[in-house]
Amino acid sequence: MNADARRTRKRDRTPKTYTRLTHPLVRDSREEPFRQASWEEALDRAARGIERHRGAFGMFSCARATNEMNYVAQKFARVVMGTNNVDSCNRTCHAPSVAGLSAAFGSGGGTSSYEEIEHTDVIVMWGSNARFAHPIFFQHVLKGIRNGARMYAVDPRRTSTAEWAESWLGLNVGTDIPMAHAIGREIIHAGLANVAFIERATSGFEEYKALVEPWTLSLAEKVTGVPAAAIRELAHAYARAERAQLCWTLGITEHHNGTDNVRALINLSLLTGHVGRYGSGLQPLRGQNNVQGGGDMGAIPNRLPGFQDILDPDSRLKFESAWDTVIQPHYGLNLTEMFEAMEEGTLKAVYCIGENPAQSEADSEQAVRRMRQLDFLVVQDIFLTKTAELADVVLPATAGWAETDGTTTNSERRVQRVRRAVTPPGEAREDIDIICELAARLGHEWKYADAEAVWNELRSVSPDHYGMTYERLEEHQGIQWPCPSTDELEPTYLHGRLWEKDPTRRGMSAPFGIVQHDPPVDLTDEEYPIRLTTGRRLDSYNTGVQSGSFASPLRRGEFVELCPEDAERYGVVVGEEVQVTSRRGSVVAPVWIDTALRPGLAFMTMHFPDEVDTNQLTIEANCPIAGTAEFKASAIRIEKLPVATVVTNVR
Amino acid sequence: MTVVPLGIPRRLLEFTLDGERVRGAEGSTILDACRAAGKDIPTLCQGDTLAPKNACRVCVVEVEGSRTLVPACSRKAEPGMEVKTDTERARHSRKIVLELLASSVDMSTTPRVAEWIKEYEAKPDRFGPDAARLNEEPKIDNDLYVRDYDKCILCYKCVDACGDQWQNSFAISVAGRGFDARIAVEHDAPLTDSACVYCGNCIEVCPTGALSFKSEFDMRAAGTWDESQQTETTTVCAYCGVGCNLTLHVQDNEIVKVTSPHDNPVTHGNLCIKGRFGYQHVQNRD
Repeated sequence: MNADARRTRKRDRTPKTYTRLTHPLVRDSREEPFRQASWEEALDRAARGIERHRGAFGMFSCARATNEMNYVAQKFARVVMGTNNVDSCNRTCHAPSVAGLSAAFGSGGGTSSYEEIEHTDVIVMWGSNARFAHPIFFQHVLKGIRNGARMYAVDPRRTSTAEWAESWLGLNVGTDIPMAHAIGREIIHAGLANVAFIERATSGFEEYKALVEPWTLSLAEKVTGVPAAAIRELAHAYARAERAQLCWTLGITEHHNGTDNVRALINLSLLTGHVGRYGSGLQPLRGQNNVQGGGDMGAIPNRLPGFQDILDPDSRLKFESAWDTVIQPHYGLNLTEMFEAMEEGTLKAVYCIGENPAQSEADSEQAVRRMRQLDFLVVQDIFLTKTAELADVVLPATAGWAETDGTTTNSERRVQRVRRAVTPPGEAREDIDIICELAARLGHEWKYADAEAVWNELRSVSPDHYGMTYERLEEHQGIQWPCPSTDELEPTYLHGRLWEKDPTRRGMSAPFGIVQHDPPVDLTDEEYPIRLTTGRRLDSYNTGVQSGSFASPLRRGEFVELCPEDAERYGVVVGEEVQVTSRRGSVVAPVWIDTALRPGLAFMTMHFPDEVDTNQLTIEANCPIAGTAEFKASAIRIEKLPVATVVTNVR
Repeated sequence: MTVVPLGIPRRLLEFTLDGERVRGAEGSTILDACRAAGKDIPTLCQGDTLAPKNACRVCVVEVEGSRTLVPACSRKAEPGMEVKTDTERARHSRKIVLELLASSVDMSTTPRVAEWIKEYEAKPDRFGPDAARLNEEPKIDNDLYVRDYDKCILCYKCVDACGDQWQNSFAISVAGRGFDARIAVEHDAPLTDSACVYCGNCIEVCPTGALSFKSEFDMRAAGTWDESQQTETTTVCAYCGVGCNLTLHVQDNEIVKVTSPHDNPVTHGNLCIKGRFGYQHVQNRD
């Protein structure tokens, strides 16, 4: 890119920055402005509001906060409010990975460690622009490539990750299952399937074989748009490799059939035995600092802490005696279902900690409308977010990563210590303190001296975490679960059991997922001819509430990115504002031209919702298993504005 | 089924260090042995996360049978080797290196250099005021970090960190040759017109403060930078799920700089723009 092009990169924008909340805020009705209140008053109001709706209560826990906070939050929902309606934003990203992995292997974590990717032979990056979204993970990938690994990128966009690939497979959005099935069929037909592993450790192979049989390379080429030879090359490289890593991100999960997509990828690892060994495995790259930990701590509607199933009577009994309570013997509502229940009027009060669903949910206008229907909303956050603006009570909290002690769990299941480095502003208080204050007002006196006390309670009920004392976490710079023993460390990879000769030690066999291709719900047609997909940029993060505050030289605000051919077809130029319309909403955004896109494919981010609310366009078509919406596939059209308003202050 | 690669078992080598018999693992360097034995050898271009570059020559030692002095940072220990770290010849060489560097470059923010100049009785001033190599203003072309090439000793660590050893962005390289050699981005352009992704991994390895956080640069200019008043706390980054360890340098309850432990299994001392610079939201306090 020459200097002139670079200079037009930015336009003058006044980015919205958020100021820390320093005092509790309350109001008597939503029409009034907030007024500052004492902690006493705010907590009393919050407790009364929640209490009033026992039986119609939901808890949004926070995938950004510590494990300890998530443990206490889910305990609040289950013990104080007697409900399993607790969930977090893992629902909008990687819930399908957890659902898919646990269906196949009985455990919802990525199976490998970062270091292993440096010592593998083939790396497949599927629906993942890790170079931008997970830059330090990608450094491990680059080490692997420099050690001789071949990397394949499967992504509709020719991303900066794809620039490092042996081969880029630019498939059409939402055709991941045809691609995976064609790879599976090719592996079987070329005699490259790992027959011994399939017989010993898997089930349902014959059914899988019949399922993928129609997906010839030429049919896959028609459906995915990727040349048959390229699909064949990937199939052979993956199957012939001594070790191979299959990594994915939201390109796989943010679809209406996200769990099916994940199952289709897992099938490939079962077919070739690329799981349960050093250097061979499956690696879903998580999007939030503690989205793994939030689920591990039971801040999800179907699992108790330590990933123990609520439907299992023995697990329930253990927690019932530990907590002296009765646990509802059924799954709670997930985030998606809670939003539907708001509409139906069966969910009336929500306690939302550190989440911003007013801007992060697909079809955000609908999400806001639904939250307005709540009878009572208490938001606990460090900023007055768009979600907090809808609340009745706002409680100022601390920033988990820099103002509290605790732990978080990363994508390789490594539990690491978080430490307090700065003092929180004003009257802001730690999440755990606030939750305990509310619990006390509702009849449950919980006494935790510090975060370590919470952690030790969790260790006593979760065998996978039992061996991780704070002391050991410090000593080893974090420990990966499972860690049942206080003396030993487990291997860096999961499911080594699948390779055991003894069937009892091998345990449950891993079933192939029998999943069918199902194209995106939001079809393109003459009226909405362009496929819009969404994603992240390097220097920004989610709804931008945090990342908007530092002066990144790379940031240029929101654009709708088109390929040069489409820009020419619609007669639009860089910086020209256009109307972008989907079946749900319409926004105005300036145009950017990106040669990594193809005709009919547009790209936007969700980083600048206060400038361009991209999620007004996205569709709330949800994965029936995991509840994740199809952020990655909307149908849109681009229209020139009546009077072409090229942004004049382009510099 | 493959097993974890252990590599060839490493033997312990025995050799002599300043007359004492020491043992070191095969493949380790003379510098490793010196540090294990508690000997203080000065280093500048050496980086614990980078391959040795042998650029500054301040760590030279004498090895019996070797015609020239050898750099301790890259020379591997060999069995039976006789190493002398404190001979007149080695000390004299270090003194000259320090004099040449400190006369041509501003080393006011290089940790420990003042101590070494005293120890080796180096007299950088003897070359007079015209020895300064560049005499130019610091380059401030963005809000995140500053390049002050008057402080650059051409150690190439930033080139390697930005290049194939870690970041693979290749924004930084050497422009010019011989006496005109200097560190620059392509066409010596402003950073904002380069391939830079602002990960700051070059700042992490810079030994002299030629590359620094703008927050540090501004505070030094205002005279408020005070490392004795700073705490360093290691925590985990709040952005994506990779789980990078961040060491927050805090002065007066403000985060003023972010580094990462070099021995951390997740980062090896590297971060991205969000982890390195994306902390401001926490301290938007009013």
